[in-house]
Amino acid sequence: MGQITLQGVQKSFGPVHIIKGADLEITDGSFVVFVGPSGCGKTTLLRLIAGLEDVTGGAILIDGRNVVDVPPAKRGLSMVFQSYALYPHMSVRGNIAFGLKMAGVAKDEINRKVEAAAATLNLTPYLERKPRELSGGQRQRVAIGRAIVREPKAFLFDEPLSNLDAALRVQMRLEVTRLQKQLGTTAIYVTHDQVEAMTMADKIVVLNGGKIEQYGSPLELYEKPNNLFVAGFIGSPKMNFVTGELARQQGATTIGVRPEHLKVERDGQGGWQGTVAVAEHLGSDTFLYVDAAALGMLTARYVGELDLHPGDRVSLIPDPARIHRFDDSGKSIHA
Amino acid sequence: MATQQTQLLARTLLTPAVALLFIWMIVPLALTIYFATLHYNLLDPGSESFVGLENFRYFLTDPAFLASLQNTLVLVGSVLAITIILGVPLALLLDQQVVGLSIVRLMVIAPFFVMPTVSALVWKNLLMHPVSGLFAWIAHLFGLPAIDWFNDAPLFSVILIVSWQWLPFATLILLTALQSLDEEQKEAAEMDGASAISTFIYITLPHLARPITVVILIETIFLLTVFAEIFVTTGGGPGLQTTNIAFLIYSQALIQYDVGSASAGGLVAVVLANIVAFFLVRIVGRNLEA
Repeated sequence: MGQITLQGVQKSFGPVHIIKGADLEITDGSFVVFVGPSGCGKTTLLRLIAGLEDVTGGAILIDGRNVVDVPPAKRGLSMVFQSYALYPHMSVRGNIAFGLKMAGVAKDEINRKVEAAAATLNLTPYLERKPRELSGGQRQRVAIGRAIVREPKAFLFDEPLSNLDAALRVQMRLEVTRLQKQLGTTAIYVTHDQVEAMTMADKIVVLNGGKIEQYGSPLELYEKPNNLFVAGFIGSPKMNFVTGELARQQGATTIGVRPEHLKVERDGQGGWQGTVAVAEHLGSDTFLYVDAAALGMLTARYVGELDLHPGDRVSLIPDPARIHRFDDSGKSIHA
Repeated sequence: MATQQTQLLARTLLTPAVALLFIWMIVPLALTIYFATLHYNLLDPGSESFVGLENFRYFLTDPAFLASLQNTLVLVGSVLAITIILGVPLALLLDQQVVGLSIVRLMVIAPFFVMPTVSALVWKNLLMHPVSGLFAWIAHLFGLPAIDWFNDAPLFSVILIVSWQWLPFATLILLTALQSLDEEQKEAAEMDGASAISTFIYITLPHLARPITVVILIETIFLLTVFAEIFVTTGGGPGLQTTNIAFLIYSQALIQYDVGSASAGGLVAVVLANIVAFFLVRIVGRNLEA
């Protein structure tokens, strides 16, 4: 079981309020990603759940029990750190076994569990090596092994893939997701990379300035962002925002259209007119950065190759069903 | 990487420095070896004559030699043990966040900057003096007889003074090492359920293995040649109780004016230091390999 509930959790460092009251319900077995720009408090929130920081106010419930006064090790959670934090003088076996050894588990049972964890993570050939003799991906797996061997109620991941190169990151992303599904253990994963968030999460928590902006499944966040911040943060490339007369016609202060919902027409007449400033040809997609005079710079995504070059005139026609409308305070207006 | 020209240039430019260092080292060594083979006593000028290895036989069979060798090893071993056993907890304390920490740190480091002669005098006259010393005063407060440190426990007194001087060095090296310990590692241990003691044994102490090695190697080099503290406090006595090899050589040369025997002793000391260094590097030097 690993049901985690946050009730009005607050954290201040002196006069600085890092977390301004977070309420969250994480169901057992789900993969929840905390995402937000740097300094938004996502790592602090994770450390509060882990018990590495004390809450200033509110309650953290794990399986219905308030754990704010319980030391980290007794919360039944395990954490994978950004720097992996492997013990450098211990072998891989020693690293994975350390938590069990501290819990006073019998030696042969430790061996059995360590070997089972190593087998799951393809670490068996490296059990007797020291961390410094391993590659980045292998170290990452040892850190995960150290987390799973204790059979925790939940895994906490603190930007675990940020030290890996791009190709390895994609591979580890898959491995982590698959492992979590296979074990069925609740996982909380902190990242600043919204692609990681979208691909891995069952549910995403978008944080900004110490507040939870929205909590929902990746597609909910993509299709129905609560506000301007979530709309701009989720999705790549970023959503285009237009203010002024055009927005007022739609009964909003700001309207937003995602680049993939803009139809591109060469020398077209309708829609929004502009000149191509930069065209990025990826083969599978073409990203156009269009200078649309009063509307500012707009980004459009075309699936496939489109033979356009800087200076070409284009018109961008927004999909009327997929225009997001926001009021004065930046909140979404739902029809 | 380097072309032949740059190699040649490097060698040419290095030559003067290397040559100077070489002369600096080889001339005293050659002279010492030369004196060691002579009957050369300053009280008997003009009687210098070649005696072969007679000085070595004399020095090594002198009962003072074995006594001073033992004193040297006891002194080095005890000071190493004291500075490391006290240095580790002291460094752990100084690694905590406390108000006024910078001042406390400065005061802990201070003894290291006091000259050996000065600190020995302070200990001898202000602290350990059986009549006017602070320790005697404290003993009187409790109605106890004052201890005459340099008569009753002379070698221990010297060990105490030298340890006091070297404790800051050990603490400083260990403190900087502690500060480089990854915070996330301690947190990982915390998540793994390690108590403070377990964290110390399994995480902190292994991390300190290398700096402890450094402390042992560096301190040994200097502790083998402790001289000023002994000269100022006990003068090697009572009897031979605080005479170490360095002091024995001094007494051969400048108390007995026997330059030949002192030179032989100096060479023996060089060999001994190398033997100690050899074993040290074998035992603890492994820790220095990355």
